[in-house]
Amino acid sequence: MLSKREKELIIEIWTRLTPVADRIGAEALLRMFTSYPGTKTYFSHMDITPRSAHLLSLGQKIVLALAEGSKDIANLMTSLAPLQTYHAYQLRIQPNNFKLFSHCMIVTLACFMGDRFTPSSHAAMDKYLSAFSAVLGEKFR
Amino acid sequence: MVEWTEFERDTIKDIFSKIDYDVVGPAALTRCLVVYPWTRRYFGIFGALYNAEAIMGNEMVANHGKKVLHGLDRAVKNMDHIKESYCELSQLHSDQFHVDPDNFRLLADCLAIAIATQWGSAFTPDIQAAFQKFLSVVVFSLGSQYH
Repeated sequence: MLSKREKELIIEIWTRLTPVADRIGAEALLRMFTSYPGTKTYFSHMDITPRSAHLLSLGQKIVLALAEGSKDIANLMTSLAPLQTYHAYQLRIQPNNFKLFSHCMIVTLACFMGDRFTPSSHAAMDKYLSAFSAVLGEKFR
Repeated sequence: MVEWTEFERDTIKDIFSKIDYDVVGPAALTRCLVVYPWTRRYFGIFGALYNAEAIMGNEMVANHGKKVLHGLDRAVKNMDHIKESYCELSQLHSDQFHVDPDNFRLLADCLAIAIATQWGSAFTPDIQAAFQKFLSVVVFSLGSQYH
């Protein structure tokens, strides 16, 4: 459950990150690949070396989707429907990996924002990413 | 037994020689209590923990955070015998404190994030991976005596 203030914090953070969406997204992915090498198995068809065009492009897509979702959290089930289908039926990602990515996204935000990533911001973002991941995995079975 | 690369050993020693225990310990425990509110169940005697501000201003939380962080020192000094080093503490957390061991993983995550806020881009993906591997061994060891 997100309070009004938490929703504001989430929108604030993603708005600030949108101009550097590709960098932030790519870094979160790279952190995930480095800490959890099993996650690389889903990307064998891509060049996921640091600063590669693929990594930046994918990173950007992910961050922009997260930013867009944050504008209307109550309707994530509707707005994420196409991505739900894609992740469930085409990508078929083991859903635990969403948690691993969420953690690495939070580490990336912490590095980027320093002390401005307060415990309250951290809590809000953790809840949002959990909700986003849950909706994304809704159609898996 | 866990196998450590030279990079991992150096990274762990480097991290613990550079972090300010008085900042990182409290920050990590504070984040854990704020982000994962069910963990407050173990700290009833600490008094006011009802919201982020109360937790951040709570001296008992801060002191305990430092103590918990120093609890990792034995693992840093003894990276080849981490499980054995935590036998007693594992029993304590199981039989006396009755802590759900899955919460150790959450605190470990908060510790990585606390260091990330301090170090910024210096907390590189490789350093994060080494640190998280180290923490996962400690977390496993702390859960090893549960029965």
